[in-house]
Amino acid sequence: MSPTADNNTIPVRKAKDYKSTVSPIWCAGCGHYSVLAALTRALAKLNLAPENVAIISGIGCSSRLPAYTHLFGFHGVHGRALPVASGLKVARPDLTVIAVGGDGDGFSIGGNHFLHACRRNVNFTYIAMDNEVYGMTKGQASPTSPSDWDHSKLTPHGTGVPALQPASLALGAGAGFIARGYYGDPKQLTDLIVKAIQHDGFSFVQALSQCVTFVPEQKHWKEVVHDFSDEHIHDPIQTAAEIQRDDGFGLGVIYQNERTAWMPPHCEPDSERRMLDDMQATFTV
Amino acid sequence: MTRQSVSIAIAGYGGTGVITTGQLLLKACAKAGYFGLAQRSFGPQIRGGESLSLLRFSNHPVQSPDDFLDLLVLLDTEHVARFSAEVPLNENSVVILGKDKATTPDFVRDSGAKIVELPLDLVASETSEGGENIVATGLIAEYLGLDKSLMQTVLQAHFAKKEDLLVQAQGWLKSGWQLAENNQAIAEICLAANEGCEPQWLVNGSETCGYGALKAGIRFVAAYPITPASGILEWLAPNLEKLGGSLVQAEDELASINMIIGSSFGGVPSLTATSGPGLALMAESIGLAVASETPLVIVNVMRGGPSTGIPTKSEQSDLNMALHGLHGDAPHVVTAMLSIADSAFTTGWSVWLAEHLQVPVITLSDQSMAQSDASLLEPQLWQEKAERLVAAHSDTPYHRYALTDSGISPMSIPGEEDMMYTADGLEHNQFGTPSAATEMHREQLQKRAHKLRQFDYGERWAETRGEGDTAIICWGSVSSVAFEAAERMTAQGNACRVIALRLIAPLQTEALLKELEGVDKVLVVEQSHGAQFMAWLRAHVDFPCAHQSLAIPGPLPIRPIHILNAFTQWEENALEVEHVANC
Repeated sequence: MSPTADNNTIPVRKAKDYKSTVSPIWCAGCGHYSVLAALTRALAKLNLAPENVAIISGIGCSSRLPAYTHLFGFHGVHGRALPVASGLKVARPDLTVIAVGGDGDGFSIGGNHFLHACRRNVNFTYIAMDNEVYGMTKGQASPTSPSDWDHSKLTPHGTGVPALQPASLALGAGAGFIARGYYGDPKQLTDLIVKAIQHDGFSFVQALSQCVTFVPEQKHWKEVVHDFSDEHIHDPIQTAAEIQRDDGFGLGVIYQNERTAWMPPHCEPDSERRMLDDMQATFTV
Repeated sequence: MTRQSVSIAIAGYGGTGVITTGQLLLKACAKAGYFGLAQRSFGPQIRGGESLSLLRFSNHPVQSPDDFLDLLVLLDTEHVARFSAEVPLNENSVVILGKDKATTPDFVRDSGAKIVELPLDLVASETSEGGENIVATGLIAEYLGLDKSLMQTVLQAHFAKKEDLLVQAQGWLKSGWQLAENNQAIAEICLAANEGCEPQWLVNGSETCGYGALKAGIRFVAAYPITPASGILEWLAPNLEKLGGSLVQAEDELASINMIIGSSFGGVPSLTATSGPGLALMAESIGLAVASETPLVIVNVMRGGPSTGIPTKSEQSDLNMALHGLHGDAPHVVTAMLSIADSAFTTGWSVWLAEHLQVPVITLSDQSMAQSDASLLEPQLWQEKAERLVAAHSDTPYHRYALTDSGISPMSIPGEEDMMYTADGLEHNQFGTPSAATEMHREQLQKRAHKLRQFDYGERWAETRGEGDTAIICWGSVSSVAFEAAERMTAQGNACRVIALRLIAPLQTEALLKELEGVDKVLVVEQSHGAQFMAWLRAHVDFPCAHQSLAIPGPLPIRPIHILNAFTQWEENALEVEHVANC
């Protein structure tokens, strides 16, 4: 079936239908290409009309992603993708909203928004492309960098501070869907993004995405990634323990609950004019 | 002898309910056909602490405080010294010491005001303890000449949900009346009959602002609590819902501004309200709205600054930040509400401008409007619902940031097939694709500046009144004071015109110069320490006449007398300025 099938069938879309012609600024070998591919494949699998999908980002290498899609995109300021996405989804619940960004954007400057997006549970998906480094500013330590990573001129002795564990943070803050994928396994990453979009509520996908330029040693990730134990994914207490036991490289769905998405109460007024007149009437002496 | 205008203050401590006294009297006066203003002043305590109700009633429309108080009622005298600067007294004022065995505060004794001991607490306790504020209500109502059955109705409505208290309250009210009848000569503040027009609205400046926003089409609001802006947000929350819109309480102002950027990108007219510290946090993202051409309205309710400053009191000192707080060349619109009544119009117009020009509009209010109640004529309202220029389908690919004659580019709203684009805070080309090329940067800078410059803002840029070769230029809440000062000057034979700016940026230089034709001296009035407004005007306007600045910081209100004095002392002030310049 072609994407321009006849009137009686919904067009079947392919991953490339969701990609723009703009060439990414990313380095050759960057993990983000693979995340972009997984995202567009996930959209094709769900066969979402591109005009009904909005992709929101902050600032950083990964936050450049919206321009590389053929979707409605918003490329905002550093750290604020989640509130932009929240406002859009609440105002336009008919859209599929996806926020993307990096570890610095999401867990450092935007950390507070991450906590509140998890607990607010507005129905959108957040894909954090985690390469444990600030790439766009040329290689500084991020909140997910190992404490002894000493390759940055800014922290020549390493940060000396333990790395944040995003999955743990998400669970503690009340996220209803938490998954971890890996750029080196685009098929699994695609499936995780599909599940995240299908989840009713805030869904968080940590996508391990290597930085070839500033942290080339991340190529060893392929030797350490493993399946996350899926025994207890509906039990937050057991999941908390699993996350602590895990080395941060366990892949798969980590946690999912059935808390329904939050939306402010909504009513359709019979007549806006009458409502406004009623409001004005309350001002009368 | 009856009075055209009466100014009264009631001060109390620890839940004596002086704000209730103000509300009851304002409501009764409104129902009796009088105009009025009820302002409030608090200490920093959350509950209890000292509080002050500042009232003005008149038989003609008023929206600003007068020069001196006719009557000050002190329900407590131990803590009122902190309010001494806020209760201007002179030898014509009457001060009632309303507490048994109260000592006279020094500032009261020194003022030359007539002092009367009238232990309202003892009178109240004849009914039961604690109703001295209602006794004061009855006393003042009787002095004002308010109808007794009307007063009863207002009291009943106030205590509708506290029926157990109503009987006592009625007793206290009667005691107040009785006290006034027994002490008739104390305060001569009986109001003259109104001049044929009556107030139609009884509102505060937060309600008028919120209503103006909804009427113009705002359907999404993100909010973070801050004094004195919370009242607007709390009014909007239930009312927005009735119109099918929604409000989200955000985790901070960084989130609230970005939430409304998201909702507005989604095609829904959006607003947030904050005060100075919140506006400072929002600055980066307001720049994003400029670059991405996302319509937004940011209501900034000013309070004393800098930093946490004086959160509960008014000042016009966020002007510099509203004008200059964004990084890069970031043209945007700054408007100002001129009064409680005008807050509905200016907010509505601001929504319309934001949507039409696809730009963030910072609209300035202040504590003295947002937290004050007033009885008013039904104000002029902004009638037009805001509408964005929406992109139509064509054979050519969609250019979100297309260069057009007006600088305004049609906007595609998510959901529109084949009209996808990425909005960007990075400099971009006409398609929205990021570009650091010199040519793209210049084109887009020019486009964003041009769309604001080319637009015809019409007559609404200012409220101008009066004739004469003397003029006052002002903005925001001091405008009502300036109008009153100019009326008094004109009545004394020194005709004075007022130019009260509603649109501060882009400054309408040509129109302002036209209004100054035939003027030989102009006073620029503002409530800031640094003469921020004067500096803004002087950056854009070569004054064709002598000009002086009257810049007084908050929290005390500027009063008509300050403006009149500035004109009578014009020559001395001019010499002083010259002297400073020579030094």
